[in-house]
Formats: sequence, structure tokens, C-alpha cells
Amino acid sequence: MKYLLTIMLLFSTLTNGIAQNCNSNLNGRVIDYHNNTVLINASILLIKENIEVISDKNGNYAFADLCDGEYELEVSHPSCATLIIPITISGNTSLDLKLEHHLEELEEVKVIGNTVFDKTNSAQEVVLKSEVLESFSTATIGDALKQLGGVSTLNTGANIVKPAIHGLNGSRVLILNDGVRMQDMEWGDEHAPNIDINSAGTISVVKGASALQYGGDAIGGTIILEQAKFPIKDTLFGKTLVNGVSNGRGGNIASDFTRVYKNGFFIKGQGSFKRLGDQEAPDYILSNTGIKEFGGSVELGKRLFEWGLTGRYSYYDAEIAILRASHIGNVDDLIRSINSGQPGVILPFTYDLGNPRQQVRHHLGKLHFYKRFEGLGKLNVQYDYQNNRRFEFDVRRGERNDQASIDLELETHTLSTDFKWDSNDTFQLQFGLMGRYQDNFANPATGVRRLIPDYEKIDFGSFVIGEYQLNNEWTFDAGIRYEYTKVDALKFYQTTRWEERGYDIDFPELVIDDRGTQLLTNPVFNYTNISGTVGFNYKTSNDNNLKFNYALAQRAPNPSELFSDGLHHSAARIELGDIRIGSETSNKLMASYNRDFIKWGFSIEPYANYIKDFILLEPTGVEFTLRGAFPVWSYRQADVRILGVDMSAYSDWTTNWRTEHIFSIVKGNDLDSDEAIINIPSANFTNTLLFSKEEWKGLKLSLQSQYVLRQNEVPDNISVFSPEQQEEVILAINTAPGAYHILNFNSKMNFSLGKNLLTTSLTINNLLNTNYREYLNRQRYFADDLGRNIILQLKLNY
Amino acid sequence: MKTIKFLSILALSGVLFSSCSDDDDTPEEVNEEEVITTMTVVLVPQGGGDTITLQSRDIDGDGPGAPEVTVSGSLAGSTTYTGGIVLLNETETPAEDITEEVAEEDDEHQFFFETTGSIAGVTYGDTDGDGNPVGIVFSLETNTAGAASITITLRHEPKKPNDGTLADAGGETDIAQTFSLTIM
Repeated sequence: MKYLLTIMLLFSTLTNGIAQNCNSNLNGRVIDYHNNTVLINASILLIKENIEVISDKNGNYAFADLCDGEYELEVSHPSCATLIIPITISGNTSLDLKLEHHLEELEEVKVIGNTVFDKTNSAQEVVLKSEVLESFSTATIGDALKQLGGVSTLNTGANIVKPAIHGLNGSRVLILNDGVRMQDMEWGDEHAPNIDINSAGTISVVKGASALQYGGDAIGGTIILEQAKFPIKDTLFGKTLVNGVSNGRGGNIASDFTRVYKNGFFIKGQGSFKRLGDQEAPDYILSNTGIKEFGGSVELGKRLFEWGLTGRYSYYDAEIAILRASHIGNVDDLIRSINSGQPGVILPFTYDLGNPRQQVRHHLGKLHFYKRFEGLGKLNVQYDYQNNRRFEFDVRRGERNDQASIDLELETHTLSTDFKWDSNDTFQLQFGLMGRYQDNFANPATGVRRLIPDYEKIDFGSFVIGEYQLNNEWTFDAGIRYEYTKVDALKFYQTTRWEERGYDIDFPELVIDDRGTQLLTNPVFNYTNISGTVGFNYKTSNDNNLKFNYALAQRAPNPSELFSDGLHHSAARIELGDIRIGSETSNKLMASYNRDFIKWGFSIEPYANYIKDFILLEPTGVEFTLRGAFPVWSYRQADVRILGVDMSAYSDWTTNWRTEHIFSIVKGNDLDSDEAIINIPSANFTNTLLFSKEEWKGLKLSLQSQYVLRQNEVPDNISVFSPEQQEEVILAINTAPGAYHILNFNSKMNFSLGKNLLTTSLTINNLLNTNYREYLNRQRYFADDLGRNIILQLKLNY
Repeated sequence: MKTIKFLSILALSGVLFSSCSDDDDTPEEVNEEEVITTMTVVLVPQGGGDTITLQSRDIDGDGPGAPEVTVSGSLAGSTTYTGGIVLLNETETPAEDITEEVAEEDDEHQFFFETTGSIAGVTYGDTDGDGNPVGIVFSLETNTAGAASITITLRHEPKKPNDGTLADAGGETDIAQTFSLTIM
């Protein structure tokens, strides 16, 4: 019918004597956008007419005898993104077609399967893909990251999970959420990242401070959360996840959608809600361990190959109850908890979130602009704003029970820009600048002296990183980053504390107002830090890869390390910062070797990290109050050494059966005292047996065994006077719990529902309901870890 | 100098952004509302005699200073004393009477008395709404002359009723102070 019409039209125009020109030629060259080199063997297709030509060895292509009019060309090349170009032909037309053959530069315009590009050339890196993240939809980012070798978590119960890389956490781990460095009071042990796991598409982990484009102080490493990529074409897609969770008797729902228009405009929305009541250990209810969590984000903008402008807003709100039994009065209460072996408060199951609890809210807004310059590179400019609010509620007397004991608001503005020269195939250079202003406000309405004072902080950073590809096998990289930090605080010190710390002798000039029992002080500190990295990547083929990296990193002390001053009820200790503390300096060497054979493969990744002036918190004495005795933990600096290795292997035994194995070990020592460092993860094995059969509705079964050894290398316990026992007693605060072994099971199937895909999965964590306590869970003194947890998940893709 | 310029622009923009809040001003001093700085125990002998006062006072609360413990004198032997406890927060002016708060929430509080030496025993003199002991008022009976000590512990949210021991009661310790006494 179409042909008939065309012929009729053709005929009529001919008979009418208004001859349409059908002798036009279209020709041109296919060239690389970056460096203008010609591309051979590119396919150029006239879409409607279905005529295809191939570019010759000079990149030339030609179509002959085309009628004038509107056409669409599809240009493709084996190593490039396919482009669709509208064209108007009027007479002989010449058009050079510019393709992009640096695949990593195409992130904005092309869906590249599941590929996530490396953030560095030579550092140790691992990636969690969306499939894994989905299976942790009801948990936290830390829980998902723990699946990776070399990543552990520091927990406060099951809901507050801080990721640690190669044994280091908190301010030593930089979290980059969709291009924005999270500023969510990461300095507290019981402060988890304020990010909903359902908002991330993929997560990459760089195990060291080698990703200098993001920051120079990531002595532990960098965690990079990215959004899923999407193609520029008219499309609407999304998914909804619904989870039922047995342990906590609740669940969550998470949903997202993406709408993209052919002109590059897109809008993306995502939201999730989670609710759990009290969780359970195998033998008892963990009273007051529920959670209510809400997360949502909206992103819209225009993304084209040459330029793009996007804006994103995300919100996170979590209210997390903290084990009631972990709130204690004095050191005797702690001794009693450690000795009794079970929590002091066990109540019937409830969904109520009582005290102690914390409520955190995080707003994040960003504007990002990029522009590509032909034959040169790409410019990025970004502004972001974050507002982090934290309330912590303690068990208090009377009406104060509804008044937060900690009420902090942290606002951060960041402006950053970078330019990447990538027009040269063998040498690439990236240069960037960053400025940040931060303001912390501690609300005095708490009626509790501020744990962290009001402060303003200014950061300025700049970096240059370069990558040189010598040949197909060797790629070298190097980078340097300069960072300047200024902290300007206003803090009240108790006069007795000011004198006890010796500040009256060392810093008398900081006092601006003497109020009798308290002193108002104005500490202003400047820190200048230099970080650098150098490394190589040697790749004989995709199956054989050796990487080596050296990173120098410096980190300025965080507000907690400088200014902490008060009683921590969850740990029954007085924590004291020290304003004399300066930056710490890490020298880290890491190597990784990967080898893949036909049916199996392995990787081995050793590392050594020497940290000069490492800032650590350790018991230094005892203070007495009317409540009784409290051990005093003070921040100090020491030279330490961290050594470790992460190993992994897999084997495809048959087409259906596969096994995966991970082993990680890390050791940390204080070089001055030769004592072990606190909170270093235990050595652990993870072995997984997988069965998959695509024909059976995509069936996947897995059984995972986690064996965690006892941490034998811990600092010495401390001795403290017990008023109750009227004698010095050993406080077994550093004694690690025993080794444990837990099994996790997962099964997954897909069902096609017309256009949509339904995926069901059943997960059983701690299958055997094993009693255990984990060294890196701060509640190990009070209660066992979680018992069996059955999670049923339905996922609908549309 | 470019750095400084850039920083000042940045700082200025930051101030503009946050100027709606008043947190650039001098922060307000916070006096610990909840801390108990002072426990005063007044022992009045039944049938006349010298009133004895036991006091533990830690004016900087959780600060580095240790509590100052004083006992006004010796107790008489074989005497029953009526005891009363007053708790104060002296970081506030005027000092706040915490005893009132404890009395209001007597179902969530209990004092415990552990004694050694020449003290015959301590009996609770008050009860909460459920008929369980509180201990703001008590009586103490001395034995014959000798050395003695009393440890007074206030627990928040203990198990109630309990068997009278700290171990059984649980909860959080708000006060734990020991006084050395002499019985004449």
C-alpha cells in the first residue's frame, strides 16, 4: 500500500510536470568526535528506505539517487554508540557524521548493559550491580556492601550500619551519592549513611584514596553510588519492589519510573517506604529495634551528547529505635550487661519506636551541567546543597523524654567543576576545582550540653589526574590533589574541663567569654593537605590483569575528633576530643591480580597502609560523677600499620552449577605500643553455591555460608573502679565474641506477564537461627545478633 | 590570592544562603538540665539527738571534677533515724529540685540501700502508686558502735516489684554513692 502510494505520488508529480529531484547524492565522512580520525566500517542506514552503506578505509560513505526530502540516518560502528540523525536532503548534500568511540564517555547517552566503568586505572575496585542491591532492598547500603571482599560494617544493631573499607570507617570513607559527597555527620560511630539503598543504581567501591577526583582524604576508600543509565529515545520504564520481612514483622515498598523523550529531556522519580517493628534474636525479642524509613528523589533535565543540564532533589528520613537494653547508667550497668549474657530489658513485640532512638533527615539538591567540546574534552559544573538534621532521643525523666538530647543541623553548599581532556587516545588529563561551605548548628533547646559545637567550615580543593596508555598492555596513571580546610567553631567548655585538658596553658587566646563555670571559646584551625596517587595497570588480555597503586592521603580531623566532650550513654563512657589534633597521613600500597580461565578464575589483592598520626579513640582513665564511675576515652594520634589481603575465586563446575569464594583478612597495629587497633574486622570466609537454570523460569538458587573467625587481636581491656563492688574490676570491653557460622539461602524466578516481568524471590538469612554476636556490632555487649529472617520479594518491571 | 578571593565569594554565598537562620550569632549557653549534682541525705534520730547530714556534691556534673563526699558527724548507736533524700541540679540558677521529678515518676524510680558494718537495716518509708517502695523517705537503724558504710543507688526504670537487690532490679543507674560512717 505504501509503495503504491509512493508510486502514485511519484506518477502524479511527474504528470504534473513539477519534477521532484530524485538524483540527489548524500556523501561525507564518518569521523571520531574526539580527535577527528576517520572511522572505517561504520554502517550508515537510511532507516525508512532500509538502504545501508559501509564507510570505506578513508571513512567515506555515499548514497546515490535519493529524492529530496526528510530522512533519518542510523549510524553505527562496532566500538561506538549508535546515533540516529535526522537529515534534510535538497540536491547533493554533504554531511560528516561524528561518532563517539570512547565508550565511557557515553554514559549519559547510551545504555551499556550492566557495565560500570572503573573510577581509577590502578586501584582495587569492586562493583555491586542493581540486581544485588535489589536483593538488599529491605536492608541498608552497608549490608549490601558487606558482600564484597575487604568491606565490613560497624553496626549499632541491625539498622545502623556503617560501611568500613579495609578496616577503616567514618570520616575515612568518602561516600559519593550521584556525584555529591555526602555530608551527613559521618563522624559518629552510630551515624549510618543517610541514603536509601533503593535510590542507587549501582555502587562502586575504590579501596583506598586513589579516586582523587572525589576527595583526597578517603584513607579507607570511596563508595560511589550511581544512578542507572538510560537511552535517549522515547521510552517509559520502571519497577516496583514489594518485600515482606519476617524478622521485624514488616516490610517495604520501593518504586521508580523513568520517562525519556527523544529530544533528550527526561524525568525520573523514585520512592520507598520501610517499616519494621522489634526485631528478634533466636532466643528473645530485641526490644526497641524497629525502624521507619522513607526515601524519595526526583531528577529531571536534558541530556544530549554534547551538553546536558540536570537537577535532582532527594529526601531521606529515618526514625530508628535503638535497643532499650543498650541505654545504661554507669560502668556497673555495663559490667552487669556483659556478664548477664542477655539484654536487661525484654518486652513483648511492638511496632512502637521508643527511646533511645534517633531521627535523621537529609535533603540533597543538585544542579549539574556538562558540555563537550569537539576535539577537546568535557566540562562539568555542579552545585549541590545538603541539609542534614539529626535528633537523638535518650531515656530521660519526665517531659524531657520527648525532647531530643542531640539536635544538630548541618548545612553544606558545594560548587565544583572539572574538565577532562580526552581527545588524545593515549593520554588523558582531568583537572578540577571544588569549594565548600558548611555550617553546623547545635540546638541549645536540648537541655544537654552540646556534644558537637556550632561551627563553620570552609574547604577548597583542586586536583589534576592523568592517564597514559603506553600500549595495549600498559596504562599508567598519576594524580595530585590539594585541599585546604578551615574550621571556625564557637564552643562552650566547662571551666574544669578546659583546665583538665591543659587548654588554659596552651590556648588561653581562644577564650572569648568567661561565664564562670563555663567558657565560651572560638577555636579557629586551618589544615592544608596534599594527596597523591601513582600506579599502573598491566593487561595482557581480558583474562589476565595486574594492577599496582600507591596512594598518599591526608585527612584533617573531624569535629568529633576535635571537640567531642561528653557522656555517651550507649557506651557508658566519657568521650573527649582534643583540639591539638592535626591531620593524619596515610601511605597505602595496593596490588591486585586477576586471572580468568575457561571455567574458573581468581583474584588476589594484598595491601599495606601505614598511617602517620592516625587519630584513634582509646580508654585513658576514669572519672567519677554522682552516677558512679565512667571510663574516659580520649582521642589521640599514633602511627599505625594496617596489612591485609582480599582473595576471591569462582568456578563454573557445569553450566548450571557454580561456586564463589571470598576470603578477607586485615590486621591493624599501633606501631608505638605494638597493640592491636580497636574495631578491626575479623578474618572471614564467604562461600556460595549457586544453581541456575534459565529454562525453568530463570530459576536461580544460592546457598551462602559465612564463617567469621574470632578477632583475637584486640586492645587490652581496662580496669575500672566499681562503686557497686567497691573494688577495681576488669571491664571486658574489648574482648571479642566467638567465631560464628551462618547460612543464607536465596531463590529467584521470573514470570512474564504480557509486557511486564515479575520476579519473585525468597531469601532466608541466618537459616539455622544461629545465636551469635559480631565483634563490630556495638550492641554485642547487650544482646545476640538477629535470628532467622525470611524475606519474600515481588518485583515487577514495566 | 585567587584562592582567597574564591573562598570569600564562596563564604559570602554561604552566608547569604544560611542568613535566614540565626546560627551565626553567639551560641546560647546550655546548662545541663538533667544532671544531678548534689544528693543530700538528712538523718534525724527518732527521740532526739544530732541530725546527721550526708552529702555528695559534684558541681561540674559529667566534667572531670570528682564528687565531694561529706558526712557531718557520727551516728548514735542503737538508734533509729528517719532519713530523707534531696536531689539537686546546682548547674542551674536557682538550683533545680530533682527530688520532685523522681517523686512525680515514682513508679519509674527506686532508691536502693546497701549497708555494711554496724547498721541493722534500712526500711523504706514511702511507696509508689502500685504499693512498691521508692526510698525518698526511709528509716535507718544502727547497731552498736563500729564502722559502717551505706551505698545509695537510684535506678531509673528498674523492674518493679523486685527483690530489693540491684541485680534483680536492673534499669539504669542515676546515682551510685557510698558514704563511710562511724557509729558511736
